[in-house]
Amino acid sequence: MKTYDVMVIGSGFAGMAASLFAAKRGLSVVQAGGTGGIDFSTGFIDLMAVHPVAEQRVWEDPFAALAALRKDLPLHPYAHVADDEIGAALEEFTAFLGNNGLCYTGRPGRNTLALTSAGTVKPTYLLPCSAWGGVEALEAKAPTLLVDFHGLKGISARQIAEVRADWPGLRTARVRFPGMGGELYPEHMAWSMADQARRTELAEAVRPLLGNARFVGFPAIFGMTDTMAVVGHMEELLGRRVFEIPTLPPSIAGPRLRAAFDRGLPALGVRTYTQKLVSAAEVSGEMFHFTAGSGSTAVRIAARGAVLAGGRFFGKGLKADRHAVREAVFDLPVRQPEKREDWHRAEFFDPRGHEINQAGLETDAALRPLGADGQPFHPRLHAAGAILAHQDWMRMKCGAGLAIATACKAVRELSQNL
Amino acid sequence: MTTLHTRVLIIGAGATGAGLLRDLALRGVPALLIEQRDVNSGASGGNHGLLHSGARYVASDREAAVECREEGDILRRLAPQCIEDSGGLFVAVRGDDERYVADFPSLCAASSVPCRGLDLGTARAMEPALSPDLVAAFAVQDGAVDPFMLSLDNIAQALSLGGSMRRNLAARSMEVENGRIVRVLCRDITTGEDVRIEADLVLNAAGAWAARVASLAGARIGMLFSMGSLLITQDRIATRVINRLRKPSDADILVPGGTVSILGTTSIRVASPDGCRPSVAEADRIIDDARAMLPILDRTRYIRAYAGVRPLVSLGPAGDDRAVSRGFALVDHAADGLENFITITGGKLTTYRLMAEKAADLACAKLGVAAPCRTRTEPLPASTLGQWTEPGKGPRAWVDSRTEDDLVLCECEMVSRGVIDSIIDEAGAMRGRSMLKAIGMRSRVGKGPCQGGFCGQRVTGHLYDRGMIAGMQGLAELKTFTERRWRGFSPILWGVPLMQADLQEALYCGSMDLEFGPPPSTRDDEGACAPVAKEPA
Repeated sequence: MKTYDVMVIGSGFAGMAASLFAAKRGLSVVQAGGTGGIDFSTGFIDLMAVHPVAEQRVWEDPFAALAALRKDLPLHPYAHVADDEIGAALEEFTAFLGNNGLCYTGRPGRNTLALTSAGTVKPTYLLPCSAWGGVEALEAKAPTLLVDFHGLKGISARQIAEVRADWPGLRTARVRFPGMGGELYPEHMAWSMADQARRTELAEAVRPLLGNARFVGFPAIFGMTDTMAVVGHMEELLGRRVFEIPTLPPSIAGPRLRAAFDRGLPALGVRTYTQKLVSAAEVSGEMFHFTAGSGSTAVRIAARGAVLAGGRFFGKGLKADRHAVREAVFDLPVRQPEKREDWHRAEFFDPRGHEINQAGLETDAALRPLGADGQPFHPRLHAAGAILAHQDWMRMKCGAGLAIATACKAVRELSQNL
Repeated sequence: MTTLHTRVLIIGAGATGAGLLRDLALRGVPALLIEQRDVNSGASGGNHGLLHSGARYVASDREAAVECREEGDILRRLAPQCIEDSGGLFVAVRGDDERYVADFPSLCAASSVPCRGLDLGTARAMEPALSPDLVAAFAVQDGAVDPFMLSLDNIAQALSLGGSMRRNLAARSMEVENGRIVRVLCRDITTGEDVRIEADLVLNAAGAWAARVASLAGARIGMLFSMGSLLITQDRIATRVINRLRKPSDADILVPGGTVSILGTTSIRVASPDGCRPSVAEADRIIDDARAMLPILDRTRYIRAYAGVRPLVSLGPAGDDRAVSRGFALVDHAADGLENFITITGGKLTTYRLMAEKAADLACAKLGVAAPCRTRTEPLPASTLGQWTEPGKGPRAWVDSRTEDDLVLCECEMVSRGVIDSIIDEAGAMRGRSMLKAIGMRSRVGKGPCQGGFCGQRVTGHLYDRGMIAGMQGLAELKTFTERRWRGFSPILWGVPLMQADLQEALYCGSMDLEFGPPPSTRDDEGACAPVAKEPA
């Protein structure tokens, strides 16, 4: 059996980032995990925007927010990663995505307000380039036409226009998507946009509605692997700036990310086992042995080091019964509220967030999860991403950024120990 | 100010008020039914949906047992669309009171409640989920009833016979002159408009709120409020109603509800009928208790919890609220110097028709109407109002009649845009503060495993598309809807439901930042027991 340098457990942002960084550092990497949260991603890469969450203070400068966070909440996982490392990790990560057909952009050192499918705006750090026109249109409150489609649920242009009463130049139109009827799915639409004739038909349907619009926004459906080429072609056909808005899942943003990794990671030599949850782990001497998947398709994997990046409950990195939260692979100690009564607050939207969101793995400064004795469980076992304790990525707006930054740090620390 | 005139004003659109509207309509007495929130918002919605055979009361309350048996037979015969005639079992497990078990058959016989002893192998073959520690089992005639369909069908027939109804209209004060209520002043919750109602007779069928309504006319009713919580399982655990064969206690009853089962209840004295909600501790108590009877309840997946407040008319100090009669109270307020005011409250869902009959008899005697009650013999016609509460109805209708452009907005329960549109059109002006909430009550939207995470936003988008909501209102309603679902969802968050909650928060807060923005559209000032109809999956 081949022995890998690193086993990456999880295939969300943190797992993908850990595999990428490890492979780039010349380590032999194997990765396994079920389909996790990345399929539900908006595609936005949040870094840090809200602190303290109870006050709902929104920061324009994510690094200033990080500095305040590290001071106020020294146990937050970001306290273990320096700004330089965060910046370099984001750059490496988005460069990789760019090389694999997924262009990202943003403003150095500044959060950007991005339009969501609900009509709300949210602060984020890096966006798919295909969404950037929406940022400019929103900032300028420019005359804009928002188009949605008969048969595509999960986004209502009219809702966005109603909620954005501060943007009087926003108009909406609902059109038929050429060549398809009934219920539409973003992924099917995206594949069909590979056909140039389809783009021409769509442009013809939209052109009479343009009026004075300088921008035209669409639900995110512009191709799976060549989005900016499709956007560019649509701009050419319409003579207007064109942008995308991510839809409610099932959206195209997640599959695009997954497709980029599916192409890019094997090219770097990463062995990936997709759709296989790690079901068992043993530590013997210097080695980890994992079982991924179950039944006749289960595989055994040997590795000298590992990064735990299985996410939280939805990602199955953590699991809970009626009495307690447990870590799914090693049954590591999980920092958590004492009683289930304390897991959740009486109101879903309580600005403070739910206590259980702060539950997770406690680590040393090298992001090694602690065992029952308070010491690192294993010298070469690290953790990254949402499985870490003392953070609430949903309320702090730090999901992908935290995943990428801690994956980078975990891999660097691990590589020094192999 | 608008003034409405009616012969009889009925306050409270639970099962009793709905039954009264129909009973009077069938006697040729047009009545107006008003409701501060929506149909079955109180205990008529927040219960098991159990059609009692009477067996539960044979030891404690023989009169109630006989009433249940008789009324159960009538409903099975006259309202079959609302009933699943599943049959029921009473079972005891090792450690349960053997005396109670031994006395049970003769007590049933004394109340003429049919009951058949089963050998344990037969019982387990009938219901494989039963505990291996079973020591006794009896078959009885319990069944399941869809309380929401029942109320809506009653209302629908009454409306067709000249009755009328206003939802979201709250009685706020009463004017009394010369021993009569001459005017009831109400407020329309949707518009804020004040409405004056003049009636010959006022019938208070406000359930747990009956004492409050009576006090508007200066009458006093001693009431106790007993909150009961229930859990809904993801799958149907048993074919029949399963009762614990013991002195009535917590977590005794599992009732089938279409594709799910409903487990409960608890009994906690509360000071007021408002603002009840199930808790983590109660969910755990129910499971810890009931698993002795059905061990699978320890491992099964739950969909949500809900709670209702039982209106119990006080008979003086009592330790256990179950000791207070489940029988109903019919109060002629002539004794309080109010000649044209009647209160009917307490009782059980199973006996709602009888309660309506007795109250209508008294009302008609006061009005000088001689027409006899007809609900004992007249079938209850199935209506279109209640149809979308039925599990499985949405998918069938969608498959049978969908057009190319009809989208499924709620995938867990297969509720299509066409169904939502028909509900919107029916709700019309009486949508209350939130159209989304009204839709949730009349359909299975938000009741499946996602608990509204996906369908809530989709239906909101559709309401914007139809121009039913504008500006921030839709987001505010979505937040209200989410908070209402959260009450029932948060007590059962472990295992897979916790993963669902994780995803919902990732979408609503992580992706859409809905924790910012407008506050929920309604302050939580309304009774608040999540109306559950045939809540299930």
